[in-house]
Amino acid sequence: MSRMLLVIALGAAVLGAGCSQVSKIATQVGVSEGAITQEEADSINRSVVAMEKAWTDITPEQEHYIGRAVAATLLASYPALDDAGANAYLNRLGQTLALASDRPETFGGYHFLLLDSDEINAFACPGGLVLVTRGLVACCDSEDALAAVLAHEIGHVAGKHGLRAIKASRLTSALTIVAAEGARNLGGEDLARLSDDLEGTIGDITQTLVNNGYSRDLERAADTAAVAVLGRVGYNPRGLESMLDRMQARWKPSGPGFMQTHPSPRDRLADVSASLKGFAPLEASTVRQARFAAALDGI
Amino acid sequence: MSRRTLGALVALLLLCLTALAAQQFSVQVRETRLRQTPSYLGATTASVTYGTRVTVLETRGPWRRVQATDGRTGWLHESALTERQLTLAAGDRDVATGADTDEIALAGKGFSPEVEREFKKQNRDVDFAWVDRMATWNVTPDEALAFLAEGKVTPPGGQP
Repeated sequence: MSRMLLVIALGAAVLGAGCSQVSKIATQVGVSEGAITQEEADSINRSVVAMEKAWTDITPEQEHYIGRAVAATLLASYPALDDAGANAYLNRLGQTLALASDRPETFGGYHFLLLDSDEINAFACPGGLVLVTRGLVACCDSEDALAAVLAHEIGHVAGKHGLRAIKASRLTSALTIVAAEGARNLGGEDLARLSDDLEGTIGDITQTLVNNGYSRDLERAADTAAVAVLGRVGYNPRGLESMLDRMQARWKPSGPGFMQTHPSPRDRLADVSASLKGFAPLEASTVRQARFAAALDGI
Repeated sequence: MSRRTLGALVALLLLCLTALAAQQFSVQVRETRLRQTPSYLGATTASVTYGTRVTVLETRGPWRRVQATDGRTGWLHESALTERQLTLAAGDRDVATGADTDEIALAGKGFSPEVEREFKKQNRDVDFAWVDRMATWNVTPDEALAFLAEGKVTPPGGQP
């Protein structure tokens, strides 16, 4: 193995471990074995520290601009549903739920928009821009079920799950930085420029939102957050169960949208069932059903 | 330990706690409202904007009772606050007066209105019109409570 490959492999190993301490130990071994110079070891360690901080250091206002660009990019593929009444209702429900989330305050606030697509899909963009398709709304037969959908998306925003996608997807980019550092000992400005690249970041996030999906752990976390928010506001969290049941009936494993990016509704139900124990069966509400139908029946 | 020593220790502890409680924070969201009680159901009083320096007087769960530099007090959720000191660049318009202009200088490096402008130049097929329209759809806390009341949704612990 050439020294350069060794430097890259070492960098990859320590980045994979995601720990600057591991990096320091590993590079120390590399130096003592004569595989890399102390200068190269320092470069790798600097890169690792930079990457560890990559997403946790993003401020709410930076997150806001990332989210705007992600939403605008998604809207190039998924057209908005231009229905003022339906979108107003979606925002009254969604923004009310967001008030009770673990992160009620984002730089620009939470805003919701319907997408004119039959696909079952939703996108929680960093900072609180939430896009929901007609196809996903069709999985909801009540306001309580729709509340569960929106609370789940709010859970993704509150947990900064979109920003975590940057960290995961940027390991490849980080590897390039490490290689460049190892090869040329570029200055810190070069690292900063690379890690601040908005376009790359948007690519990371949209790739995760549209194609790869989050891990089952993050989906479970969003469902758990949804149950908590629904309970705090006063909606029966069994609305989530109702929505997942209807989604399961429409589920085709080879289908688009959620069917590619989310665990099956059956798996999500299994994951969330324990936290729903103790809640009474979902009861229909005449007044909520009336406004739900008035806002969304025509879409 | 004598009562006097114990008393001195308690006094010292209280002093330390007071010092901690007096920590300075900045409002890190574009605009939010002070609440009368530490709850999302709490009635709102005045609004505070990005960069406003506040002193934390009391902590209850995720809520902080704060006093702004102009003397106003109220409760804010911790997600609205940062320990960093945020500054607006000279000559830029206040964020509160131009919600859609985004002419605010953002602290630190990274994604900003300037970067967004550059992004738009390089990606002319990406249209921000709907994103800008979404940003104008705001539901006030009062409207949210009215929405719950109308739907007969009752938060645990009482009527909204």
